[in-house]
Amino acid sequence: MGEFILAFFMFRYLHRSLRSSDSLPRWDQILKAGMIASLVLLAVEIISDEINQVTTWLSYPLLLFIAYLIYWNPEFRERRSVFVAVLPFIIVSFLTKVTILANNEFYQEWEDVFDVAGVFSVIWMIVMLIITNKQNKALAREREKTLQEEKQNKIMAQLKADLEVQVVQRTSELTKQKEELQQALLELKETQNQLIHSEKMASLGELTAGIAHEIQNPLNFVNNFSEVNKELIEELKEAQVKGDRESVLAITQDILENEDKIMHHGKRAEAIVKSMLQHSRTSTGNKELTDINVLADEYLRLAYHGFRAKDKSFNATFKTVLADDLPKINVVAQDIGRVLLNLINNAFQAVRNVDKPEVVVTTRNGAKNIEISVEDNGPGIPDDIKDKIFQPFFTTKPAGKGTGLGLSLSYDIVTKGHMGQLTVESNKGEGLPAGQAGSIFTIILPKT
Amino acid sequence: MKILVVDDEKDVQLLFKQRFRKEIKSGEIEFAFAFSGEEALSYLNHHVHEAVLILSDINMPGMSGLELLEKIKTNYLKPPPVVMMITAYGDEENYATAQRLGADDFLTKPVDFGELKAKLKTLS
Repeated sequence: MGEFILAFFMFRYLHRSLRSSDSLPRWDQILKAGMIASLVLLAVEIISDEINQVTTWLSYPLLLFIAYLIYWNPEFRERRSVFVAVLPFIIVSFLTKVTILANNEFYQEWEDVFDVAGVFSVIWMIVMLIITNKQNKALAREREKTLQEEKQNKIMAQLKADLEVQVVQRTSELTKQKEELQQALLELKETQNQLIHSEKMASLGELTAGIAHEIQNPLNFVNNFSEVNKELIEELKEAQVKGDRESVLAITQDILENEDKIMHHGKRAEAIVKSMLQHSRTSTGNKELTDINVLADEYLRLAYHGFRAKDKSFNATFKTVLADDLPKINVVAQDIGRVLLNLINNAFQAVRNVDKPEVVVTTRNGAKNIEISVEDNGPGIPDDIKDKIFQPFFTTKPAGKGTGLGLSLSYDIVTKGHMGQLTVESNKGEGLPAGQAGSIFTIILPKT
Repeated sequence: MKILVVDDEKDVQLLFKQRFRKEIKSGEIEFAFAFSGEEALSYLNHHVHEAVLILSDINMPGMSGLELLEKIKTNYLKPPPVVMMITAYGDEENYATAQRLGADDFLTKPVDFGELKAKLKTLS
């Protein structure tokens, strides 16, 4: 009886184990038939005690078939442990039956042994089944875990791939942005250079008229004194012919004096041309020992005449108050010249509509610094724009008239180029009568 | 004839003395010099009716030649002296202003001394 129950459960077990695999359709019929056969034979055995022996024997082919299934088909290979559990029971059952049939006396004699073997085989079966079951469950869990991990790995791989695509995309976007920014920076630098150049050219334009005037006067002297000397030399000849020694000496003296004047004014013109060239040239950035007094005087005159050239009706008193003991200092003369020109031009601009316009350039010899002040008696600078005047592009001139870079460039030249300071005070005059003071811009340059 | 020359360039003094040395020697012309408008006015105040001709530059720091001209022609001296203005080449604006203010004659820079001498001859 137990053999059929066993066979039934074995078939059922195998059938269930196939449920999760693809090979079920192939085995479904066979296993179901096995299950039915087991049940039918079990029923027959229960009903008829007579044929007990015969039906019992029929269980062995069934069990053998199960053994065949498990051992020869790869689909069931994993189920072998179950068969190991039931095998002792089958063997004991079979041996018992064979012994009864062959030698009943021997069986009667050793019945206890057979019974014990039967009990042990059942215990073996139960224990093994429990263990197998446990192992299977653990295996299933393991498999589940592996599956889960694989699934997670797949998701991770997908995420990683997505991420990489995103990274590539972002990188290319960033690279593009960086390139665009670099291009913009380049263009800005280019524009800045152009602006600095145009500012320089604008101030050169303002200078040109002043320079023309300043050159005209010395040239007139050179021409006039030369002509006078020519006449004098004629007279000298006549005097010599006459033997008038006194006249010869007097005329020679005059010629010499005139020659001095010719040379003096020739040099004066030369210096002006030189400073103009210096102004228009690109700054070499080289610092050289410079007499700030000479520079201040030169640019004050140039700026004044430049201003006059633009506006004929303009007139102003201008003067320099120069420190006699001012030492030469190392500066980029051309750059400081530009700063002076800018400040002086602004000063003349400021006094345009003032009753008695006056611009004063003062140099002072300090302990560690040299100070150059440009002072005007204009209306002064309102407090609300005082902070902005050194900013680039700030201008009070109408659109298109000023670049708004003059003071900003001057500020950079003094502070960055020469480690100095450029300050402004307004409506607080020194050296000008009270009530007339406008603005004072002061350049402070370190001596070393 | 006494001439007051007004110019901020100091070497003008030597130049005029040289250019007119014959005239100065012969006592035909006498020169006085002023290096600014203010100086010229103070000279005229102290030497009333001495200068017959005033020769003035226009571009000078402080009081310009035009201001000086205006002051001479309105406030000073009866009869006012002859005032000859020296204008820069092509400076139409100052020329017109000087004419309006009563300038008697003009010279353009650079001064042609031959022309100046000729003009002085017609004056004297």
